[in-house]
Amino acid sequence: MTEVLLSISGINKRFGGLHALSGVALSINKGEIYGLIGPNGAGKTTLFNVLTGLYQPDEGQFTFNGKDLFRKKPNVVVEAGIARTFQNIRLFANMTALENVMVGQHVRTHTGVIGAVFRPPKARAEEAAITLKAETLLAYVGIADRAEELARNLSYGDQRRLEIARALATNPQLLALDEPAAGMNPKETDDLKKLMEKIRDDGVTILLIEHDVKLMMGLCDRIAVLDYGKKIAEGIPELVKNDPKVIEAYLGVAPE
Amino acid sequence: MTSTINSAEFRANNLKTTLVLGVIAVVLAILPWALGHFFESGNSWLRAVDFALLYIMLALGLNIVVGYAGLLDLGYIAFYAVGAYTFALLNSPHLQAVIPEWLFQPNFFVMMLIAAFVAGVFGVLLGSPTLKLRGDYLAIVTLGFGEIIRIFMNNLDRPINITNGPQGINNIPAVQFAGYDLGRPIEFLGVSFEKIHLYYYLILAMCFFIIFVSMRLQRSRIGRAWVAIREDEIAANAMGINTRNVKLLAFAMGASFGGVAGALFASFQGFVSPESFTLMESIMVLAMVVLGGMGNIPGVILGAVIVSITPEILRDVINPLQQALVGRKVVDPENLRMLIFGLAMIVIMLVRPAGLWPSKQRRAELAPKTKTISQQENDSLQDAERNHD
Repeated sequence: MTEVLLSISGINKRFGGLHALSGVALSINKGEIYGLIGPNGAGKTTLFNVLTGLYQPDEGQFTFNGKDLFRKKPNVVVEAGIARTFQNIRLFANMTALENVMVGQHVRTHTGVIGAVFRPPKARAEEAAITLKAETLLAYVGIADRAEELARNLSYGDQRRLEIARALATNPQLLALDEPAAGMNPKETDDLKKLMEKIRDDGVTILLIEHDVKLMMGLCDRIAVLDYGKKIAEGIPELVKNDPKVIEAYLGVAPE
Repeated sequence: MTSTINSAEFRANNLKTTLVLGVIAVVLAILPWALGHFFESGNSWLRAVDFALLYIMLALGLNIVVGYAGLLDLGYIAFYAVGAYTFALLNSPHLQAVIPEWLFQPNFFVMMLIAAFVAGVFGVLLGSPTLKLRGDYLAIVTLGFGEIIRIFMNNLDRPINITNGPQGINNIPAVQFAGYDLGRPIEFLGVSFEKIHLYYYLILAMCFFIIFVSMRLQRSRIGRAWVAIREDEIAANAMGINTRNVKLLAFAMGASFGGVAGALFASFQGFVSPESFTLMESIMVLAMVVLGGMGNIPGVILGAVIVSITPEILRDVINPLQQALVGRKVVDPENLRMLIFGLAMIVIMLVRPAGLWPSKQRRAELAPKTKTISQQENDSLQDAERNHD
């Protein structure tokens, strides 16, 4: 009944002399919220960038939904069904919120130069569908009223939501969120948690990096803990929380 | 967007747009006659207008590369040169002996397609080695490319004479259009249309086509992808845009506009030589785009008209002005003309840094309130790679 969506094994990534990831293996099941935690510098974002194609790992295996994604370009990874957001929001600042989400649909649409210039019925229909879906997604994340606003003028929380909407526009099976709750107040964090649960319930698997351990414990189905580029624990939140290795990584001492 | 505008307002806007367009159409249609009527040297003014139209095409082509995709190109005039030489080689007697008969002096539309295609191929040739470059670095490589093309044209008269070197290619025939030779006056409804008039209408029509293509591309999936790459290339790639192909497409499209303009230029002049395609020309076209308002089609058109016409106006104004102010000729009018022109450009860029008629995005970009995203953009992934996590 649990179906593996993504699996990696033996992933190594070095930056010069620094071994950022060594032999990391994990698998994400369909329909779960999978959390990735670890102290600062543990390699979370590096792993995240490997999983979304921004970094090319040095060795290892990476399969997603039956496809081999080892050392593939980001756009190929997106096409396979993994979408992401960025830790420090990277929207298309001078495009409207609606246009940002429309760009997200690029990979699932086909109109080329000829279609754009002569606008045959097929191209018109596709353009209308793109606009409609973009509006729907903005409503889905709760910022429908900001559609015509430039992304740069949105509030911080709305920018986070817009990034999620833009990622969802690529029709992902796995949505990878890099610290989406960073800088949010408790109310905004709570709203975000509800949004993530809604996305999960609508059939999109979620990979989540987050510093807010309390949020992670309440939200994730399974959690992996990274320390010094190695996976030191994986499992349901209760088990991970009490794992001595995890406590040592966070507090620096092994409990007696 | 239309959904937010109520229908009455929409209709009023539509009516206003139609009226404005109608007035523009009438003005453009009678412009050659008006110029001939009001100015003694009407034909030289009309020539300046013809060139302004060619510059509009060039500026719109460069606008795709610089304005939409954000790729600074300082060698753009090379594509104008490629279009011009393609036309010259296929139409003048210079290479008639070696060109297969079916390809010699092709039909006008076929010729335009060939010019666009050849220039587009050169666009891809320039684009592919520069895919990883941005900003200043890209500007230097494109500058080199522009010079290479010009130097090739200057030197390809040996060992085999292809371009006829610095002498250039002459005897380029005018365009044959629906059985008419645009090089000879045509009688129509009792009025005689000269070559310069006929070319005015031809270039105007092509110019409108290019404007149309530009507008359609801007509001399309492709246009959005270009702007996304300009805004944040890494994010665009991470949203599934194949940045390599989309950038090459921008180079190819921009170049093909230049190729069409170049072909029209060659047949209008009847003569091409490498001298017409210097770095200064590239810079002028870039100035048109920047001065008018990068990324905004009406702005770019305005920029092209101003930058190409102003020197002509100054040419006529400066001597009388000197006479009136000082009573004699103090400075060589040619030098003073460029001085005033340069000064005007500096003033405009100081007063309106986003261009004369910027798009609303660009205006926002340069507005004082620049915090939020653009600063966070600086903490880019390259930084992350250096410091990890």
